[in-house]
Amino acid sequence: MDEQNLSLRLRGVKKQYRLGLINHQTLQQDLQSWWARRRGRDDPNQRIGTSTDQAGQFFWALDGVDLDIHRGERIGIIGANGAGKSTLLKIICRITAPTEGEIDIWGRVSSMLEVGTGFHREMTGRENIYMNGAILGMSRSEIDACLEDIIDFSELREFIDTPVKRYSSGMFVKLAFSVAAHLQSEIMIMDEVLAVGDMAFQQKCLARMRRAADEENRTVLYVSHNMSTIRQLCDRCIVLDRGRVIFDGDTERAIAAYLDHSLGEHETDMDLNLKSHSRRAVDTGVLMTRLTLTDKITAVYEKGEALRMRLVLRTTKPAPPLLFRLTLRSEADVGLATAWSPAIETDGVGEQIVCLSLPLDNIAKGNFYAGLGVYRSDELGRRIPLDYIRHAFKFEVCGLPIWNTEAHGYMALPPMEAAPAER
Amino acid sequence: MQHTHISAKQGLFDLKLRELWQYRDLVWLFTRRSFIVTYTQTILGPLWLIINPLLTGITYVVLFGNIAKLSTDGVPQLLFYLSGHAIWSFFSGCVVKNASTFADNAYLFGKVYFPRLVIPVSNVLGNAILFLIQMLLVFALLLWYSFQGLVHPLWSIWILLPFLLLLLGVMGMGTGLIISSLTTKYRDLRVLLDFGMTLWMYATPVVYPLSAVDASLRRYILINPVSPVIELFRHILFGVGDVSSASLAYSFFFTVAAALAGIVIFNHVERTFMDTV
Repeated sequence: MDEQNLSLRLRGVKKQYRLGLINHQTLQQDLQSWWARRRGRDDPNQRIGTSTDQAGQFFWALDGVDLDIHRGERIGIIGANGAGKSTLLKIICRITAPTEGEIDIWGRVSSMLEVGTGFHREMTGRENIYMNGAILGMSRSEIDACLEDIIDFSELREFIDTPVKRYSSGMFVKLAFSVAAHLQSEIMIMDEVLAVGDMAFQQKCLARMRRAADEENRTVLYVSHNMSTIRQLCDRCIVLDRGRVIFDGDTERAIAAYLDHSLGEHETDMDLNLKSHSRRAVDTGVLMTRLTLTDKITAVYEKGEALRMRLVLRTTKPAPPLLFRLTLRSEADVGLATAWSPAIETDGVGEQIVCLSLPLDNIAKGNFYAGLGVYRSDELGRRIPLDYIRHAFKFEVCGLPIWNTEAHGYMALPPMEAAPAER
Repeated sequence: MQHTHISAKQGLFDLKLRELWQYRDLVWLFTRRSFIVTYTQTILGPLWLIINPLLTGITYVVLFGNIAKLSTDGVPQLLFYLSGHAIWSFFSGCVVKNASTFADNAYLFGKVYFPRLVIPVSNVLGNAILFLIQMLLVFALLLWYSFQGLVHPLWSIWILLPFLLLLLGVMGMGTGLIISSLTTKYRDLRVLLDFGMTLWMYATPVVYPLSAVDASLRRYILINPVSPVIELFRHILFGVGDVSSASLAYSFFFTVAAALAGIVIFNHVERTFMDTV
């Protein structure tokens, strides 16, 4: 391939992290541990539940990534949590160094791992534009040249000389994104920045990114869990799994590969520890560990059957009454419908087994992803997630042959009533 | 087009100074930001830059001049203490501010790349500006006293002042960077720092002149690489003090060594710092 046209080249990039305790925070603890080890005693600072052999073990967050990315490409990077997406971006942005491998970058990289980096509350919008631009690598004269464009894009002209502490969070994001979108860099990196801001602004940003790639021949790298923005923006997708590239190519096929890879096709007995649990539900004391589709060899159901499941939970502290959620998603990862269970009591700490059953009467036909969650409700009756798996398993409902999901959709609604109108 | 090569292996003495130059606007912006942030929503604003040292100077006059009756080499007391305080706070500011580089900027370092040395350099620049503002006060007093014939500045060698400032700034930065790299691993070293800096001040001829020190003790005071620089500073300003070129050369070599060690360690820690916080 023509090297002139390359924008990024990664060769054998690896990144190693150490498991367990990296080091103690104070000199005193280090000396304590050292003394205990010398005397052959247990380390008093060892975290409970970790063994000495585990601490000090290494794992590869990236395990040999080779990539060639050309100018003007709009690349999406997808993968489960912990697949190495963020590590990859951090290395390309030079926030952290690779353990092994070589990276070549042609052009300047501007990263937006989080918008508004370097913004200071006491400074005005205008001052922050200069600050933020300079942090992202622009010179003063470059910022001067596009200051007006940035202010226009942000739609914040009247507030530009107000300290940003008086901005709403939406305004803050708009300003930050506007700076980043006008950077004179050849490679733009974004990590789910579009998750914030209103819909109209989101669309404007996506359009800006597309234009940057198509007209200005810049390279865009975009990481997201939101498949619909990936679809809108990217013309090539990379799927990461446990630090390796498992798919590289067309966006639609990549999304399908990602979803299928994270779920064994039509499995009925699943170790949920291997699935990607949603990040906000960390260490709540409740974890789903195993799921069995009762009396099934393959996850294929007839219309009218019930989806019966046996769910194993592990509780590490006494849990409140638990509610269960099941969300159906289409193959294109669009949310279709959600069912909730009433709250049930669990006893004590340890393994809990729950039987769930959902009648599939209204499901007409199709292949579905099921998201599974455990919730509790707070004093105000709001549901608080304890553990959630967005893609827990995949199943199929065989409906009537005449039902066409393209035309009729996935759900059969209850029959309409019809009667002759009274005259 | 700019080409960057990132490799797992990096030369020990790759100081990345050229890249630092490309980011010089950022150095200035960081310096400016620290001033804006400190003085917005204060009543007296930048006036504090004058009031603070003035109050400290007066305290020193009472404490060291009148109660402890320390010698000032014949220099008027307020002038002696103000100038001593100005130059020492420049040095200690460079050390202390840089010692917390990683802790203060973790949120930035974790989000975006820029040459990390920008921060230490802007810290030194900020402290130099503070110093110059304090020097306005010192200069005014100096003119007043020299008209009265109480002090005799060596105007002809004032040209040395910028070099002296650079020497002290780089020494402070190097020392601070070494400490900052250590504090990423051991946070309790930061507690020691304040105490250590106070101790260091008393081991430096700041509130007393070197000439007031016993000949037997003077050896030890001169092990401290800051001492000769402060004496030189006073020599330039007031025409008093002991300066030997040997002790200055010692300070110079210490500075070069501290700066090199500081930058090398800093660059090394910076590469993987984000993995350990």
